[in-house]
Amino acid sequence: MLEIQNIAWSPEGEGVIHDISLHVDSGKMIVVTGPNGGGKTSLAKLIAGINRPTSGKIIFNGEDITELDITERAKRGIAYAFQQPVRFKGLSVQDLLDTAAGKALNVQETCKLLEAVGLCANEYKDRELNASLSGGEIKRIEIASVLVREAQLSIFDEPEAGIDLWSFSKLVEAFNEIRKRKSGTLLVISHQERILEIADEIVVVANGYVRDAGARQVILPALLADEHRSRCPLEKEENLA
Amino acid sequence: MKYLTSELLKVIADYQGKFNGAYSIREDGECVARQTSENIDIVSKTDKPGLEVHVKPGTKDEYVYVPACVTHGNVDDLVYNDFYIGEGADVTIIAGCGVHSDDEDEARHNGIHRFFLGKGARVLYKEKHIGTGKGQGLKRIDPVTDAFLEEDATLEMDTIQISGVDATTRVTKAELKARAKLLVRERILTEGEQTAKTDFVVDMIGEDASADIVSRSVARGHSFQSFDSTIRGLTRCSGHSECDAILADEGRVLASPALEAAHIDAALIHEAAIGKIAGEQLLKLQSLGLTAEEAEEKIIAGFLK
Repeated sequence: MLEIQNIAWSPEGEGVIHDISLHVDSGKMIVVTGPNGGGKTSLAKLIAGINRPTSGKIIFNGEDITELDITERAKRGIAYAFQQPVRFKGLSVQDLLDTAAGKALNVQETCKLLEAVGLCANEYKDRELNASLSGGEIKRIEIASVLVREAQLSIFDEPEAGIDLWSFSKLVEAFNEIRKRKSGTLLVISHQERILEIADEIVVVANGYVRDAGARQVILPALLADEHRSRCPLEKEENLA
Repeated sequence: MKYLTSELLKVIADYQGKFNGAYSIREDGECVARQTSENIDIVSKTDKPGLEVHVKPGTKDEYVYVPACVTHGNVDDLVYNDFYIGEGADVTIIAGCGVHSDDEDEARHNGIHRFFLGKGARVLYKEKHIGTGKGQGLKRIDPVTDAFLEEDATLEMDTIQISGVDATTRVTKAELKARAKLLVRERILTEGEQTAKTDFVVDMIGEDASADIVSRSVARGHSFQSFDSTIRGLTRCSGHSECDAILADEGRVLASPALEAAHIDAALIHEAAIGKIAGEQLLKLQSLGLTAEEAEEKIIAGFLK
């Protein structure tokens, strides 16, 4: 469903993404991992349409979407959960979820949705998306705003960041549910072992390159073994750049 | 009552063919309908245009509607309305003004309201302003509000200027005695060449009085808005004012907050933020399928809600 062909991104002439190619099958859960600053978020933003690649192509369901903006990609079924969620003065949680759903959600739907990210609808649906919400709360609402879209491809950028253990467990459950039902394709940027453990495939991105990619059963043991030796799991790859 | 007046009332006062409560409807400088209730009396002033609204002590959960409409140019409506709220009463007052002009002459409403809240009284004051019509004549609304709050009284002002008002100067003054509270939520949208000036002066003269003034504004086109506020703490008290403004096109906003603490335990805070819509906000809503234009409208509508 998603084919990334030799994309590169060099804002202001500085290379951030170099010649990345990926193939993502429908209904799979792909976890993109790698060191900080390696290009994971940049890759996700290129897929979502927030940035445009300086070269290469992005094919989604057989259509070349490289030149489409974020709105057009969203309409075609790509959803993106921001790593740093945005706050809005005046918009409520319910406003955001209704906008994301494309309809006015009823109480039961809102409740089910927020419950999936560990929040109580009665407490939160009328809250303003402003600074009164903690980082963890706004993060969970951001995730809910993507889950409600039931998009063909949902991209989550470090969904675990800033949320508590209990909410994280709920999130893993939600990912597992989507995966089991094959109701959508998940592309998750994460460093969390519990998320890596439920991936179908793992892609390791470092220094703007794909360093490794393949089935979780193959990639994860190598990553964990390197971690247990307390050194950078990508160190050996760095030398190949 | 003219059809146009009833249409304006729907917008400014949620009019559905009737009002449930006491009311006095003003049209082009004249009273066209009035009703009192057992607990709320409305009488005309004898020395100048306007009303005296008397709410009996202890009155609970009742409504008073005093909207004013101007339906054509060459009207300069000046009205003095005084509201006397008895001790312990808890009422909602819905004012609001609609100014319409399809001609070249100026249409103006200037409402001078004074509120006298007795001890422990509580008032929710809602005021919505709108200008309509294709006339080139200036559509002006210049409200003046003076509020005097006795001990433990609370005045909550919820004011909004939606669109179409070419020029407005809003002046609000309040004097708060012990434990009295003033809460203001003001929202103003200006477009084209419109101007809006708001000026708040709040004196907290009683211990533990508090004031919270929040103004949100959107200045589009070549419009200009200014926000002036002075909060004076003359005893132990707390005050907060906040001015948030979104700029679009060539809009301009001038925020001039002032705080005066004349007592060691006067805690006063001001916050101000002026700027365009954040790019991340647009991107978030676009990622949900909205176009950039739809995203901007949604952000502004929410901001002014």
